Amino acid sequence: MSVLVVQGLSKSFGGVQAVGDVSFAVAPGEMLALIGPNGAGKTTCFNMVGGQLRPDAGSVMLDGKPITGLGPRAIARHGVGRTFQITATFGSMTVRENVQMALLSHRQQIWQFWRPVAGRYVDEADALLARVGLEAQANRATGVLAYGDLKRLELAIALGNEPRLLLMDEPTAGMAPAERVGLMKLTRRLATERGVAVLFTEHDMDVVFDVSDRILVLNRGVLIAEGNGAAIRANPAVREIYLGTGATSGGH
Amino acid sequence: MDSIIPQLLTGLAGASSLFLVASGLTIIFGVTRIVNFSHGSLMMLGAYIGWSILTRLPRDPEWFVLGIIATVLATALIGVLLEMVVLRRVYRAPELFQLLATFGVVLILQDVTLWIWGPVELPLPRSRWLRGFVEIAGNRFPFYDLILIFVGPVVLGLLWLVMNRTRWGTLVRAATLDREMVAALGVDQRLLFTSVFALGAGLAGLGGVLSLPNSSANLHIDLSVITDAFVVVVVGGLGSLPGAFVASLLIGILQAFGIVLVPKITLVLVFLVMAVVLVFRPNGLMGRPQAEAREATVAAPVVRAAPRELRILGGIALLLAVAAPFFVGDYYLTVLTDACVAIVFAASLHFMMGPGGMASFGHAAWFGIGAYGAGLLAQWLGAPMPIGLLAAPISAGIVAALFGWFVVRLSGVYLSMLTLAFAQIVWAISFQWVEVTGGDNGLLGLWPPEWARDPSVYYWMALILSVAVALLLRRALYAPYGYALRAARDSVTRAQSIGLDVARLRMVALIIAGAACGLSGALFAYAKGGVFPTYISIPHSVEALLMVLLGGLQTMTGPIIGALVYTGLADILMRSTDLWRLVLGTVIVLLVVAFPEGIAGAARRLWLRGREA
Ligand SMILES: Nc1ncnc2c1ncn2[C@@H]1O[C@H](COP(=O)(O)OP(=O)(O)OP(=O)(O)O)[C@@H](O)[C@H]1O
Ligand SMILES: [Mg+2]
Repeated sequence: MSVLVVQGLSKSFGGVQAVGDVSFAVAPGEMLALIGPNGAGKTTCFNMVGGQLRPDAGSVMLDGKPITGLGPRAIARHGVGRTFQITATFGSMTVRENVQMALLSHRQQIWQFWRPVAGRYVDEADALLARVGLEAQANRATGVLAYGDLKRLELAIALGNEPRLLLMDEPTAGMAPAERVGLMKLTRRLATERGVAVLFTEHDMDVVFDVSDRILVLNRGVLIAEGNGAAIRANPAVREIYLGTGATSGGH
Repeated sequence: MDSIIPQLLTGLAGASSLFLVASGLTIIFGVTRIVNFSHGSLMMLGAYIGWSILTRLPRDPEWFVLGIIATVLATALIGVLLEMVVLRRVYRAPELFQLLATFGVVLILQDVTLWIWGPVELPLPRSRWLRGFVEIAGNRFPFYDLILIFVGPVVLGLLWLVMNRTRWGTLVRAATLDREMVAALGVDQRLLFTSVFALGAGLAGLGGVLSLPNSSANLHIDLSVITDAFVVVVVGGLGSLPGAFVASLLIGILQAFGIVLVPKITLVLVFLVMAVVLVFRPNGLMGRPQAEAREATVAAPVVRAAPRELRILGGIALLLAVAAPFFVGDYYLTVLTDACVAIVFAASLHFMMGPGGMASFGHAAWFGIGAYGAGLLAQWLGAPMPIGLLAAPISAGIVAALFGWFVVRLSGVYLSMLTLAFAQIVWAISFQWVEVTGGDNGLLGLWPPEWARDPSVYYWMALILSVAVALLLRRALYAPYGYALRAARDSVTRAQSIGLDVARLRMVALIIAGAACGLSGALFAYAKGGVFPTYISIPHSVEALLMVLLGGLQTMTGPIIGALVYTGLADILMRSTDLWRLVLGTVIVLLVVAFPEGIAGAARRLWLRGREA
């Protein structure tokens, strides 16, 4: 059964349609790429699945349960982890503390007023940081990290929630090409080993073709193509958009 | 029935005056993003300057108009000076520090006004034409109020023309929408800001001088006007001129009818309207959501436990504090007791404001509620002091829970202004509900029991309680709850997406801060032997802000250092000079300009220099 099923999702901003009638599903362990030019509606889709935006129409099902229109907090509790296009981390904390917060929240230990955070789930946090290659930075201030490292940190935070579904909005922006491949390969392993479903966007087409199981192409809010790498590469409509707008792999 | 029309007209006249002040405030905020606390002081100066000019001129209408114009120009000039000397230096400082600087200006202008014009209020002798009446629907209505009614819409119209028909107005509107963009277009921001300040100050001056025939030039104008103006600007939506106009009408009429129908709770009524508006429209009637992006880019420094050296220093200070009664006299013992109260007062505000990210302009409300809670319990039931000290945090905590229900949804400046308005309501109740609170005379005879009456014993008790509260608050901040609270402040988006309940975290922070502050109020009340409305006054709320901001928001020791420095400074100043407001205001302004991150923050930066990667 699919982890995530999205049907007929739509959203308009002030009369302008950002996403129209988008439907898709993601299976456990599957990596589904959602690609499209700037302004295609990818982030809007993520926000409707993640609860940051309420859809105008359509439904979102997680493990067969409807989560349409729930808030981001409730959806996180249902086992959805997420990274943001514009990174969102806790700037007044160290890298490790960021992950500790995710772990504490996941284990419902937030409403405690006495035992200090320092020393709690340090090993788990460090293990997660090691997975994304941040172990050496655990004690640094989050504010001084390079942008690519912030993206890694977001992934570690999202994993702290032991998610069934990962939503990754441009997870490799700001990284060097080699790093991108590394991070997405890591995500690939997580998906395969733990059966996590992953929905991600990515502007680097090499990375997309390399790691994804399936690709969705969004243009002006509408799905125009779906298939594996070879099919998408050969799709005339997709070629038209990408060659027409000049957006190709590697940019951004 | 027949009182409706006169009342309505009175309300409209009041609305005009409100609009004059609020329009300047909202324009200044729109462009510079500065919440100008000293705007009421500009109106006060307008009244005084207007008085000086008008009393020297012949009393004919044309001279009256000329005098008004001269006053407006003079106030505008003062606004220009203010902008160039003070505000220009703090545009880059965090929002709250700007606010603090403008409050420093309030203090300075208070003393300057007092020094020039003296303490006696100055009524304007009204010439005959000003005293005339007009017959409207069978009622005699003051001619001058009719003039006022027209001034509001006329000024709105003129402002509209300026904003929509001149290049300068286009720039102002563009800057209100997107300041960065205007800067990027190569517009001379300095000139724009200065001229906007001149306009705003001129409008305040106009409001001041026009208020003269119906009241007088007095030293209370500044703070009473600023509260009303804040309410209008918030209800209308920050930065929106039409919003300010609609809100002035709403509030003005409400006040006019409120005075007749429910004289005691007019302020409460105004507050309720504001609360209802903000619940349904969190950005006011015509406001836009505030862009928060700018703040998010400035990462707050990482909070780490205090270094060992600081702990040792703290330990020594604590030992000295414990031993103090053996080597200081009674006078200093009371100052030290006040310092203990101040520590709790400041630490509780820091709790919600630093880690919680909710800046309160009305923290004295909880102080007062705690004090009155203890005082009333003692008066009605003869409750002994320990019960009173227990009841204080409980009552303040309960009220904080009720208040917090709708406040935690609001953001930034709106939340701060609502806390200010709420404190004014509590103040008004304590002042006006004489049967219960004793009004101005307060609740007297609130003395500690026999065993604690000795100043040393009371001091030790206050010391133990304040250290205990400070340590408990600190403990909570290093526990998961405190981290989660800080997480919600750092990034609401991220906090929610790891499953944190941001509203509930904030609500509990408000309750904790309110309760702790309530305790400090009761401690203070028993030390002074009574409870008075001044406990809840705006200046007292600002004292708490001062202590926290002086000490710095980002360290846990900040509020304690701030409380100590402030108590010491205030004590020295008040005993050594009559112009203590002038000196204090100047010190505040200088400190904000020199240390925008507070004393403890600056010390921390120096300490960490070269120690942290
Ligand atoms: N909050 C909003 N208000 C108004 N319009 C919005 C809002 N969010 C997105 N839009 C508009 O909706 C459309 C889709 O935006 P979205 O951010 O989803 O695109 P995207 O595919 O993520 O683009 P990018 O690759 O640049 O991240 C755009 O035209 C955008 O301007
Ligand atoms: Mg996007």
